[in-house]
Amino acid sequence: MFTRHDRLKPSYDVVIIGAGGHGLASAYYLARDHGIRDIAVLEKGYIGGGNTGRNTTIIRSNYLTPEGVKFYDESVRLWQDLGQDFDLNLFYSTRGHYTLAHTDAALRTMRWRAEVNKHFGVRSEAVDAAFVKRGIPSIDMTCGGHAPILGALFHEPGAIARHDAVAWGYGRGADRRGVEIHQQTEVTGIRLQGGRVVGVETTRGPIATPRVLCAVAGHTPRILDMVDLHTPIYIHPLQAMVSEPIKPWLDPIIVSGSLHVYVSQTARGELVMGASLDPYELHQSRSTLDFVEGLSSHMLDMFPFLSEVKVNRQWAGLADMTPDFAPIMGVTPVEGFFLDAGWGTWGFKATPVSGKTMSHTVATGRNHPLIDGFGLDRFAHYRLTGEKGAASVGH
Amino acid sequence: MKIMVCPLNGPRPVLEFAYGGEVRPSPDPDTCSDAEWSAYVWNRTGSAGLKYEWWYHIASGFWFVALRDTARDRVLRTYPAQSVRHGLPPAAEAP
Repeated sequence: MFTRHDRLKPSYDVVIIGAGGHGLASAYYLARDHGIRDIAVLEKGYIGGGNTGRNTTIIRSNYLTPEGVKFYDESVRLWQDLGQDFDLNLFYSTRGHYTLAHTDAALRTMRWRAEVNKHFGVRSEAVDAAFVKRGIPSIDMTCGGHAPILGALFHEPGAIARHDAVAWGYGRGADRRGVEIHQQTEVTGIRLQGGRVVGVETTRGPIATPRVLCAVAGHTPRILDMVDLHTPIYIHPLQAMVSEPIKPWLDPIIVSGSLHVYVSQTARGELVMGASLDPYELHQSRSTLDFVEGLSSHMLDMFPFLSEVKVNRQWAGLADMTPDFAPIMGVTPVEGFFLDAGWGTWGFKATPVSGKTMSHTVATGRNHPLIDGFGLDRFAHYRLTGEKGAASVGH
Repeated sequence: MKIMVCPLNGPRPVLEFAYGGEVRPSPDPDTCSDAEWSAYVWNRTGSAGLKYEWWYHIASGFWFVALRDTARDRVLRTYPAQSVRHGLPPAAEAP
């Protein structure tokens, strides 16, 4: 599926650090839309082995801020014909997405989100308890008696997709256009001269390049240390788990902020489940029993009949969190160093639009208009984006 | 279950504690520049390493400082909060 390159060339027009969805999508759109094909994508592990292969594959655009809604909605549009673009089956499956409200305060937030969404042409509705029961007949509407469901935010375009295939599709498309993807190649340093990027040191030798795009999710701070950039990014693990395959019974995607659960059923019948961030900083993708116990008990509040179903696997990814739950994207004070980071718990759904906007930014040296609200300089000016529609975030 | 040694209560399960973030000395607000202040407000030491952190024992309402390796999740030592006032040794040289 991918060309193997025996050695690195001495120089490239652009070096992209990280062969996950975001890095490969940026390479793909640089090659396809901007005619820049002399690109190396450097990956210390393997293609899509980081958060691209560790998320719970949910795609939606029912965010809260105008910046967020416009950005993610463009992403949903791109998702819908990506399979055609790649000639690859992404198993893109539109399911409808319920964010349950168990309190009056949550219901108020749902109305707010629905109105912001509708204003920007995104299909979202605040719905009542009867609507929820019709959509999810098997749910216990009282949630074990202690968290009755009052209503929900229903987002019809909510979807899931096969996450590995996204990295493979973008990777193959970039590869066919002459982009070199080098796996097992770790960046160990970034060379600067007079405040601008001139090259990259790797475990397989040095490369000269005027432009570096950093798309490494939970490893961002380590790369930022190489160029002496300081940011608010902090790293917490985000865990997830998957059940044994069972017959199809859950069509929509269900999220409950109060119960800290999001769940969907894959085409293979497994339930893919996630909860909230781990409570403290850690740079390790270990799993914990606390997580399985907590998440299972909340799953059983909603669906008591699952008590005999086994959990097959659990895993974690490293989420690069920001104080306003919005990403940090675009140009930086280091000339030639571009950042696609701060993707925390919300990066997968943004893969196509991040690739589109970052490729534009790298090609022109100026931020794409859709990422105006996401610059690193927003913090110094106290102009935060306040995106509380992100996953695994309480309201 | 992970165990943490609280300076007041001794070894307790980590679920009894809440994380309060890295111990960060604040610049003098009267003399520092706007840029120094906003860097203090927002920026964090994001990469892994030995860090002094605030931790709170929820049941007894007790704040203290832990020296923790954030790459391996090992707590090396804990200190009562007063010791912060007298200055902590650089994390890499702590006993």
